[in-house]
Amino acid sequence: MMGRVATFLRLAARHWTLSLGVVLLTLVLLAALLAPVLYPADPFEMVGPALQWPGTLPGSPLGTDSLGRDIAAGIFHGARISLMVGFVSVGCALVVGVLVGAFAGYYGGRIDNLLMRITELFQTIPQFMLAIVIIAILGPSIKAVIVSLGIVSWPTVARLVRSEFMVLRERAFVQSCIVIGMSDLRVIFGQILPNALSSITVMSSVLIATAILMESALSFLGFGDPNVMTWGTMIGMGRSQLRDAWYIIAIPGVALIITALALNLVGEGINDAMNPRLRKRKI
Amino acid sequence: MTPRRHSRVPLTYILRRLFYAVLTVFGIAIINFLLLQLAPGDAAEALAGDAGTADPVYMENLRRQFGLDRSVLEQLGSFLWRLATLDLGYSFRFNRPIVDLIMDRLPATLLLMSVSILMAVIGAIFLGVIAARYANKLPDRLISVGALLLYATPPFWIGLMLIVVFSVKLGWTPTGGMYDIIAGNTGMAHALDVARHLALPAATQAFFYLAIYTRLVRAGMLEVLNLDYIRVARAKGISERRIAYSHALRNAVLPLLTVVGANVGTFLGGAVLTETVFSWPGIGRLMFDAMFQRDLNLLLSILVLSSVFVVITNLVVDLLYTVINPTVELK
Repeated sequence: MMGRVATFLRLAARHWTLSLGVVLLTLVLLAALLAPVLYPADPFEMVGPALQWPGTLPGSPLGTDSLGRDIAAGIFHGARISLMVGFVSVGCALVVGVLVGAFAGYYGGRIDNLLMRITELFQTIPQFMLAIVIIAILGPSIKAVIVSLGIVSWPTVARLVRSEFMVLRERAFVQSCIVIGMSDLRVIFGQILPNALSSITVMSSVLIATAILMESALSFLGFGDPNVMTWGTMIGMGRSQLRDAWYIIAIPGVALIITALALNLVGEGINDAMNPRLRKRKI
Repeated sequence: MTPRRHSRVPLTYILRRLFYAVLTVFGIAIINFLLLQLAPGDAAEALAGDAGTADPVYMENLRRQFGLDRSVLEQLGSFLWRLATLDLGYSFRFNRPIVDLIMDRLPATLLLMSVSILMAVIGAIFLGVIAARYANKLPDRLISVGALLLYATPPFWIGLMLIVVFSVKLGWTPTGGMYDIIAGNTGMAHALDVARHLALPAATQAFFYLAIYTRLVRAGMLEVLNLDYIRVARAKGISERRIAYSHALRNAVLPLLTVVGANVGTFLGGAVLTETVFSWPGIGRLMFDAMFQRDLNLLLSILVLSSVFVVITNLVVDLLYTVINPTVELK
């Protein structure tokens, strides 16, 4: 038993990026899960006097904002929204991106050409602006935010999956599957896709971080769902108190950094663990 | 020495790239057109927005202007034609033609873009070279951790924190705007005033790029420092410092060029946050105002023009790349 723990600790120390990322991500996940338990009330509700600095009000360890709302409650509930938006929007992007990338990379030729032209087209349009315009059209709701982030994220997925497929389809095990007459769909989803999963996982964690940062930016500007408490909303509402209550924007900002950092570290850590040869070359 | 060929970039390559650029613009226009079709209600209602649009004459004008009484294909045709002739329509919210609105805001955004990207490139070359020279040692580790943190930080938050420190606490810089309207400075005084207003937004935007650029410079340097010609330079006894900055750097920054080019392209659309935080009167701020006013036509016009700007910069970067790096293969 002790031996196992020692081995685990040694492994964790060797892959410190992955370990730190997992620890931080677990903290954020816990916050998201515990939000309804610790703060069952609506985070928009007033709990005490306005503009109380962190540590001055018992019961609200992170202080209150300009309307007397509990900042800690906002942080816990915000974690739910951030993770949900990040995971769901990237999930949607994965469905579209994997399909497009897999067919383009597997079939090549004209199909590849057409699909990649469309992908490049979407990459040409400035991402953040496109997200704003989609929300302008669909109206500000959490669904619109997820749809818009999914639409701006799928081209990245498609390009990576395509390049993975182009390499993998030339490998002997894939060629032998084709030779024995396995159907294209079975080769694509049963043989090649499982081998591309590690790269897809690495990319997904970075994409989720980006999506979470973009969601916070959208709600900071006031384009998000007005009825949902997010970290971006908190920062946006704290702007008017910049002069004497900067903690209102500092605290959700730190929460965002921790979440995005955790996801980036996890992505990088998996990448390092999968390709030990590259560890020296990349940061 | 082999004689230099007078033209490195074949004409057919340029023509093909131009053709693709035109095709891309065409595609962008179609995506925009489809976006407009997605809007609930008819396009005229969406374009007019949801506030104060009861005026039936205005709606009728819009419908005629966008040809909503004609078939979808005809509508697409007229949409493309108006785009080609830069006839983007009139913004009733701002009471001005949209082309004028955008052109008015362009200089401020271009100024912010050039200064911030320049700052990021200089900073990244400095940090990236240090990181590569001390690879896997303390300076490298510190720079890597810094880059990782910066990469995870929302840029608008950095901007707000810079305001807290430099404007509120230290009082060195104004909190927003581009120049002091009341002072009415001219000449040198005006330039200095703009520079003071520019410092924080440019730094905010530069931080955003710095993390990515530093990683690229470091990776490029590590790649190049292993090559034979660097070993030769070392064998000749040239100092490590000179090798890094004058021998290796030139080849190491090539990958950076592509990314800087892409950032220049998306800058018109990427500065929405910085320009909003600092009330910088550029395109991004115009976009925010358009969103706030629900001026969908203005929003779409900005989106189309920004995308076209991306296409043009991509084209320029591709052509530049073949001139700067003659070893690149033209497809």
